[in-house]
Amino acid sequence: MNIPIAMPKPTGTAKRPAAPVQKDDAMNLQKELINRNYMELATARANNRKVSATFVPGNLNELLMCFDFARSLPETNALQNGMRKKSGKMIMDAERDGQSEDVCTYVKADLGMMMGGEIGPTGDPLPRPDILLLSYTGCFTFMKWFELIRHKYGCETVMLHVPYQGEGKIAPNMRNYVVKQLKETVIPTLERVSGIKFDIDRLRQYMRESVKAEEDLVAVLQSAKHRPSPIDGYFGAVYYIGPIFTAFRGTPEATEFYRVLRGEIEERIRLGKGPVTPDGDMGEEKYRLIVEGPPNWTSFRDFWKMFYDEGAVVVSSTYAKVGGLYDFGFRHDPEHPLESLADYCLGCYTNLNLPSRINMICKYIDEYQADGLLINSIKSCNSFSAGQLLILREVEKRTGKPAAFIETDLVDPRYFSAANVKNRLESYFQMIKQKRTSGTAASAPAFIPIAAAS
Amino acid sequence: MAATKPHVIEIIERCEALFEDLHFNAVQQWKAAAPGRKAIGYMPVYVPRELIHAAGMLPVGILGGGDALEVIQGDAYYQSYICRIPRSTIELGLTGRLDCLDGMLFPSICDVIRNLSGMWQILFKDKYVRYVDVPQNYQDEIGGRFYIEEMQQIRDDLAKLRGAPITDAELNASIDIYNDNRRAIRDLYTYRASKPWQAPTSEVYLLLRAGMVLPVEAHTTLVREYLTAVEQLPRPKRDNARVVINGSFCEQPPLALIKSIEMSGCYIVDDDFMLVTRWLLDDVPADRDPLDELSKAFLHRSATTAAKYENTREEKGVFLMKQVKTRGAEGVIFAAPSFCDPALLERPMLQDVLAKHKIPYTAFKYAENTGQMAPIREQAGTFADSIKLWSAA
Repeated sequence: MNIPIAMPKPTGTAKRPAAPVQKDDAMNLQKELINRNYMELATARANNRKVSATFVPGNLNELLMCFDFARSLPETNALQNGMRKKSGKMIMDAERDGQSEDVCTYVKADLGMMMGGEIGPTGDPLPRPDILLLSYTGCFTFMKWFELIRHKYGCETVMLHVPYQGEGKIAPNMRNYVVKQLKETVIPTLERVSGIKFDIDRLRQYMRESVKAEEDLVAVLQSAKHRPSPIDGYFGAVYYIGPIFTAFRGTPEATEFYRVLRGEIEERIRLGKGPVTPDGDMGEEKYRLIVEGPPNWTSFRDFWKMFYDEGAVVVSSTYAKVGGLYDFGFRHDPEHPLESLADYCLGCYTNLNLPSRINMICKYIDEYQADGLLINSIKSCNSFSAGQLLILREVEKRTGKPAAFIETDLVDPRYFSAANVKNRLESYFQMIKQKRTSGTAASAPAFIPIAAAS
Repeated sequence: MAATKPHVIEIIERCEALFEDLHFNAVQQWKAAAPGRKAIGYMPVYVPRELIHAAGMLPVGILGGGDALEVIQGDAYYQSYICRIPRSTIELGLTGRLDCLDGMLFPSICDVIRNLSGMWQILFKDKYVRYVDVPQNYQDEIGGRFYIEEMQQIRDDLAKLRGAPITDAELNASIDIYNDNRRAIRDLYTYRASKPWQAPTSEVYLLLRAGMVLPVEAHTTLVREYLTAVEQLPRPKRDNARVVINGSFCEQPPLALIKSIEMSGCYIVDDDFMLVTRWLLDDVPADRDPLDELSKAFLHRSATTAAKYENTREEKGVFLMKQVKTRGAEGVIFAAPSFCDPALLERPMLQDVLAKHKIPYTAFKYAENTGQMAPIREQAGTFADSIKLWSAA
């Protein structure tokens, strides 16, 4: 069932009357969950709860729940501020405070938010964390990010070093290293800060709950193999991955969310419907794409609209795997809880080497019968972006499908040039059409990056 | 009769020729001197070069293409907002300049170099390629065990490449040889700090660069020769400001930039160029379990840079402050490559520490091919002047 919710209209369509945003039940449930978490954080001090912060890729939500922490995810805070058009000022405040214009805008948005009085995206207080769990899976910048917060605010930090899959596999040494850190540094620190003794059976119980949600999430993500796809595996998936990638994995609420979501998606398949977009059900599915790279958040709706207006649906994306490769079989394992947490961290998308990322994208193109690959290259994110032009070439070479490249940013509105992105997308859709007609790739080089904001 | 060229000038001219040779002829000549010789490249900041040396191979430091390399193909692999060292390194590879290398090691320093390891696996399929993860946990039984296993893997890979195992005795011999090199470099840095007018950083830098392509034994000899020779050539002492350079641990500044800083009135008395030569701060015991000792040295007695996690807030800036104090520096110049996440994110924290200690600093960015030096000279000159004014106050 679709429920209209009033939301700010896209900035690019300012002259049109504001249309109510279409969301299905699961999307509303997701919004409720996210808002509830912000309320838990806002009331944490009053409720005598300790607050943790940790990053999305490789987050150890089940473990943190064992210590009753209220859980903050800094990237989520930054992107929520981005979607609410608040991040631009925060970034500039951080730059005025000495941060370079060259570095990650998530970091600067977070620092700017804290400088602005530690008020979260919803307008409620976002208390200073009692512990920063630095699980820096797949991103070196995470390390500096928490060092910066620690330096400024004195928050205690505990490091969980997750080795990179440089050889394209998880070696026993890597797993043992992560497990040892969990046992000997991370868990003892969390016990000390929270004052709660670790109970491995409690962890197991959360993991059992995680598995149920993971099963349903995979069914949802893989539903895009149908024609038409009942979901958008990038823009829509942002809503779907929200609870499981953040503070809810392992909770009954997340299990319920994914059960409801799966039911809705199965109903859409039965009815032969495409994805729900902010403007309602998507029309005819003309293009099926794989997208690599995170979305732009400051113009999220405008960006999505450029796709669904043209009948383009993203059937799978790598971004929807930053918090775990569930569709490749990973499940939290209550029988081997710490080893399973290690494998979870080690297996997140940005912890994969480039050949593995290319293999994964090629597999998606094949299994989801996609027309091609679109790379949204993010200025802020070297972890994703460095090497993407080679990914593009290799995927084109191996699949024979056309690929295209656009450049935006995560939460810096200065780096989203709607006209440039739209032009590039329209050219790309033309290229796909031409390829279908002629059976060959268009002659225009697809890999020339467009300028970012002009 | 032509005047005899001072020996120190001859040494530096030799180093400069090695520095300017983007075809790595020295490496090619070393390989050609005996059949079956192999060379392994490595990128900043640190790899345990002893492993390569013990395999009878030549470790070769790859630091990008500098300002003399025209990057054409490399630019097609990177967006404009990514630093320059990976694109010029790709250019070196694609133009055949690195054909003399039998393998490449990519240490964990940042996401760009990390991803470059995967690109290398794809672009140079016939070469040995390995990402070298170093621990961010500094407990012997945790990070140490992990690091020892990582080193053991590289040891096994190199043994396979040469066709024979690498023994503990070979590794200990290599540790001994690198200890000697580290001692020579420490002497060089101590000498420069005591008499920076005698050993300008433009020369010290070239000496270090020579160590990226020469066999370590030859490099140690060269450094000691320089130290002897430079004493024979008295140079004028100037009233310059004594500064530490920070942030240049990966992509290298152009030599002209170093010269510009010196010409503007600064004596560079410490820096973080080519930290691999000074990463381990003292001698590594060469008569015990070699990997265990290399691990302990890394975990407990190594330098600090932005790519290395610090366990507590109190540790931030301690290494830099030690450089400032022990070298008698009067200020710090933060010179970081554009788009270098580690250096640029570290910088505000270090600046804060310096401010608390009332140490003046200035900051700018560069790229390895920066050509316009006038703004840098002006900024560094103003900084030097301000230090001199403050110190006179």
